[in-house]
Parts: sequence; C-alpha cells; structure tokens
Amino acid sequence: MQRKVISILVQNHSGVLARVSSLFGRRGFNIDSLTVSATDKPDISRITVVVHDDETVLEQIIKQTERLEETCQIFQLENEKSLLRELLLVRVAANAHDRAELHEIADIYKARIIDLAPASMAIELTGEPEKIDAFLAVLGHYQILELCRTGITAMARGDQKHHKQATKL
Amino acid sequence: MRQGPFVLFSAWRGSGEQERVLEGMKLTGSQIFAEVLIEQGVDVLFGYPGGAVLNIYDALYQYQDKLTHIMTAHEQGAAHAADGYARATGKTGVVLATSGPGATNLVTGIATAYMDSIPMVAFTGNVGTSLIGKDSFQEVYIAGITMPITKHNYVVRRVEELADIMRSAFRIAQSGRKGPVLVDIPKDITSASCEFHPRPKWTPPSADFPQAIALAKAAEIINEAKRPVIYFGGGVSAAEAGEELRSLCEKAQIPATYTLMAAGILGYQEPLNLGLVGMHGCRTSNKAIDEADVVIAIGTRFSDRVALNTDRFAKRATIVQIDIDPSEVNKNVKVGHWVIGDVKAVLRALLPLIQPADHAPWLAQIEEWKQNDYHPKDDDTTMKPHQILDAVCKMAGSDAVYVTDVGQHQMWAAQYIHHLKPRCFLTSGGLGTMGFGYGAAIGAAMATERKKPIVMLTGDGSFHMNLNEACTAVSYDLPIITVIFNNQVLGMVRQWQTVFYEKRYSSTDPHRKTDFPKLAEAFGAQGRRCTSQPEFEQAFAWALEQKGPVWIECVIDKDEKVLPMIPAGGTLDDIMMS
Repeated sequence: MQRKVISILVQNHSGVLARVSSLFGRRGFNIDSLTVSATDKPDISRITVVVHDDETVLEQIIKQTERLEETCQIFQLENEKSLLRELLLVRVAANAHDRAELHEIADIYKARIIDLAPASMAIELTGEPEKIDAFLAVLGHYQILELCRTGITAMARGDQKHHKQATKL
Repeated sequence: MRQGPFVLFSAWRGSGEQERVLEGMKLTGSQIFAEVLIEQGVDVLFGYPGGAVLNIYDALYQYQDKLTHIMTAHEQGAAHAADGYARATGKTGVVLATSGPGATNLVTGIATAYMDSIPMVAFTGNVGTSLIGKDSFQEVYIAGITMPITKHNYVVRRVEELADIMRSAFRIAQSGRKGPVLVDIPKDITSASCEFHPRPKWTPPSADFPQAIALAKAAEIINEAKRPVIYFGGGVSAAEAGEELRSLCEKAQIPATYTLMAAGILGYQEPLNLGLVGMHGCRTSNKAIDEADVVIAIGTRFSDRVALNTDRFAKRATIVQIDIDPSEVNKNVKVGHWVIGDVKAVLRALLPLIQPADHAPWLAQIEEWKQNDYHPKDDDTTMKPHQILDAVCKMAGSDAVYVTDVGQHQMWAAQYIHHLKPRCFLTSGGLGTMGFGYGAAIGAAMATERKKPIVMLTGDGSFHMNLNEACTAVSYDLPIITVIFNNQVLGMVRQWQTVFYEKRYSSTDPHRKTDFPKLAEAFGAQGRRCTSQPEFEQAFAWALEQKGPVWIECVIDKDEKVLPMIPAGGTLDDIMMS
C-alpha cells in the first residue's frame, strides 16, 4: 500500500495533539509518523500524519478527524504536488580512517557532519524521506550507534495555500 | 428569600430588561454559571453536590426560582436523567457533578449519550487551579478521561472564559450530529469574578440546502427502484423528521424498517411500517433489506446489531444514504450514493423529486412475509412478555413515555410496544447500558413536567444496577411506573449461553432473594408482585392512579427468549424463530 500524507490544521490549544492521537488510537488507525509544527499563524498548528493504508481507511481518518472541534482543516497531500521533508540525525562509529570515506558519502547526499568524537561522528540530513532511506542504506555498511528521524513534515507545492481561511475559526 | 443582586435579576427576567441590567455587571463564576444556563434555555438540571462545586450549588440555591435542580442518588443516575430529559424533549440535557468520583461516575452516562448522539452538557467541578496536577484530594483529569466519549470538552482556565465556553458547549451539543460535551470548572473559577455580558440563546442556523446534484441522483435511484425499502435510525428523531419520512414512505409506497433508536417515529400499526430490523428485528424487515434492490438508509449508522454481516448486508441493493455526519458514509458498509445534510432538510428537498409509485408486487410479497413472520403465542396459564406489554400499552394510553433498561425486556419492548410517537421510547441503543432506565425515567418525568405516565420497563438484572434512584423518584414525587420482568436470571446473557454455550450458565443465575414490593416500600415507594396476567392488569390500573413511583414485579419464565434472533455476524439464513 502506498504511503499517504495527511495535513491537519488545528487550533493551537493545549491537548489538541492528545485529541488527535486519542482518536487514532480509538479507531485503530495505524500511523507511521506524526509531527506537530507551528505555522505562520500563531493560533494554528499543523499536524502531519503519514499512514500506509487503503483508501477506505484514509477516508475514515480524514472524516473522523474532521469531526474534532479543534480541526480547522484536513487534507491529503499528494506526493507529486507536495513538498515533503524529514530530518535525520545519525551517529556512526568512525575511527580515523573511516572519517574521510564518511565525509565523502555525506558530501554526496549534502548531509552535514555536526559532531565529531574520537570514535564516532554525528551526521545531519534533511530531505525527502526516500533520500533519507537511500542515505541510510549506504550507511548500513557502517555501525550505526544512534539514529533518529523526525517524521515527515509537508506542505503543498506552488501558490496554493490551504489555511487561508480556517473554517471553524 | 436571600437578598442579593440575583433577586433583582430574577425580578427583571422576562421583562426584556435583564440584559441591560446585567451588561457589564461583575458576577462570580458561579453566578455566571447560573446566568448562562438560564440564557441557554435551561430550566432543569440533574446533579449531585460536593466540595468542588459548593460555590455553584450556592448559586443554584440563589437561582432556585429559575433553575430546578434534581439531586439523584448517584451521579450516574443524574447523567442518565439528563440524557433521558434530552431524549424526551430534544433539548440539551444538563448534568452537574463534583470533581474526582463525582466526575468519574458520570462516565457511563456520557458514553451512553455519545453512542446515541444525544445532546447533553456535563459540568464537573475540579480542584482549584493551583492544585491541579498535584494528585489533590478528589482530583481527576476528567477532560482526558472523557476525550473519546464527548464531542468536545473544556477545562476552564480563567473566569473570563467561562461564559463563552459554556455557550460553545451548548452550541456543540446541538449542532451537526448531536452529542455530549463536558466542561470542567476548577473551584477557584467559581468564586472569582469578572464582568458578565449577556448573549442571546444560541439557536442552530437553518440547515444548508442539500446539494442539488446529489439529491437528483438519489431521486433517480429511488424512482427506478422496483423493490425499495427505507431503513431509518435515530437521526430521524434527532432531526424531528418523522413527518417528512412518512411523506416519503407514502408518496412512493416504500416500506420502512427502523432501528432501536427510531422506535415510535412511525406508528406501530402503519401499514408501511415493517417493524424493527436487525438481530432481534422481525424476519420481514431483515428479509426486505436482503431482497431489496434499493435501500434508503436515513439517519442510521449500519451498526453491527443491524448490519450483522457487513459483506452481505443489503447485498442485492444499491444503498442510498442520507446522514448529517459524513464520517458515517462507507464506515461499516459500502454505499452506492449519499446525500449529506440535516435529514429533515434533505427529505424536504428530496420529496418533490420523488415520483409517486405503488410498488404493488413488492408490497404484496412483503405482506406474505409478514403473515409468515414470528408471532408470539398467547398463553393464559403463565405471564408472557408480549401480553404484559400489550396490556401496558392499552392501559397507559398514547401519552405515555416508555423507558427501558438493557436486555431481553428491552428487545421485547422494542418489538411489542405499540409505539405511536417520536421521543416516547427512550433506550440505550449504542452502548447498551444496563442501569440506564431509572435515571432516564427521572429525566423523562421532569421533561413531561410529571404530567404523563412514565413507564420504566426493566429486568431484574438491569434494575439491580441502579434501583437506588427510586429514592429520587420518591423525593420529587415522580409518576414512574416500573415494570420489572423478573425471570430470576440475566436473561439475555443466559439466552446466549443456551444457544451458543450448550447451557453452561456461568454467572447468570445469581439466586437473588430481593423482595421488590418490600424494597419499594423501604424506599417510600409502593410495589406489587404479579404472577398472572389478570393480577398484572389490576396492579397496573392501580399504579396509574398513584402519584409517586410504583414498582410492579412480573414473574416470568427464565427460559423465555427474545425471538427472532440472528446471531452476531450472521445473515438471514441463520435466523432463529424458535
């Protein structure tokens, strides 16, 4: 099943994330990742949810979330019409002679080395999730000591701006 | 009478002057609480006092000429009472409880209202703001607890927010698909003061005109149908769309079958009314849906007690769904076409597009099924549920409001009560809450201003859960006649054990020795025990003449079953008729 990205604009109230995640838990919607971020409006937050599910489930996720009082807008971000980004932080075991090679790999992926220790280095990479997957595949030849991915945050391409009027405000 | 500004407000009220007097006046949170309730049209609320709501109760004392507070025996009873009040009137029910256990005792009542989309606002006190999060005495995070069983909930953080939050709560409870909202008010908010600005009562905006294209398509499907059937639910009641539904049935001669939540919308004897559908619905209703080429689902949600097998439900039919809640489309059963909107508005717009039809062969076929359907046999040697209910209907008259608990008696009531009017059959459908009945009956009695007979139908199992509320009915002189179908066992669970567990009656035969008439008397109510039909009829006639609550115990056989029955997940092929 294809990856689907849903963008939810919600009122920036305390507990709103709990409401969304409680709903997902109760209805049995499985999610791959969920991120919360500020928007250009201080009273609106954006929750980006990634799921792997069929259309029926996607439709239910959208409609059920729409019912929440604090949901202003919810829509699917289609892959080709959207900007999807994810941040990766990874710490790799690296001794003196691995460093050059890792540096080269990082350069190819436009990743940045952000910390260096005698036996390891930490790398930061921002990009589309596929790019991060590819980068991690290459790093698979090394010993990964620690890894975190933020999950996808996303917005639509072009001039379309979705939360011009947040319907319930 | 106490002196204070409230007396002044009360005197002004109704003269059109009160807004001017109140505008900008400094009131405490508790006074604002009372003022907003009055502003929103509330005159009765149900509740139970406690530490965190002492200030609010003090305000209720001051406002007692405008707000009638019914104190129940237990907060669960108060929640069911608010729910029953809402079901009987269509207005928003209001319940008030203190923090901690008071709040958690509301949970079953709120969940019951949520599952059946009943408008209700629950207010809970909480510990003072500075004590929140410290595991203080009687502190509980009720907003978190009730998140999945409310449409929305609030914690009031500042007294300045209180009035508008309360207004939002009433708006949310009544708008779109109705349901419960909870407002949690920390104690310091109830004593703090701020300026109060009166507002007019919120009234729902007129329903959006449904989409013309969707309507035309729906009409086309219905007009082309050869074997149409309407399957309708509680949404018709919520939208007060009974008349429109009847017009649709009659104009195109479409038979209709109802879910538990919609009993009473169509009259019991109306020829196009097929009866109850689903697990304990009649065979005709289920057969009609199975054989139909078009099923028109109105204000209903394809629950697992109706669409028992979602893959095979209405498998020959194109389903046209009309509902206010878009999330109900394709949730449980895939539908062919839908119109989203207020059921009343949609039906009104749809009716002119429907061509008159007679569907004579289809109706003749249905008539034949009706003749061969399950019909219970009278038996004068013992007490039969359907005969008891027959007598109840004849004697209680067409004004009576029927309230049930949950179990076998509830299904018998749904099958055999001669429902005549909407909002006169109050039952817990979605949650199936045993113990719902007595609280709801209290709400119904208040809703009808004690003027109509309230018949509370229960079983000995359900009744034992919340019969403590009898003391409330006694305190307030409520004309609630409780008919207890006493089969000595938990009949519905036992029926399943009979059918599916080879009669291994695990924990369904408790050998209770409760003497119901004596217990009624101990509460200050009155009671009778009946072992025969004539005895029952005599007792019921006597009960109708009493002012306060009466219990009538009917002794029935423990092997009495609810029939027909289609097992969970089954189809019409699995129906049990004996």
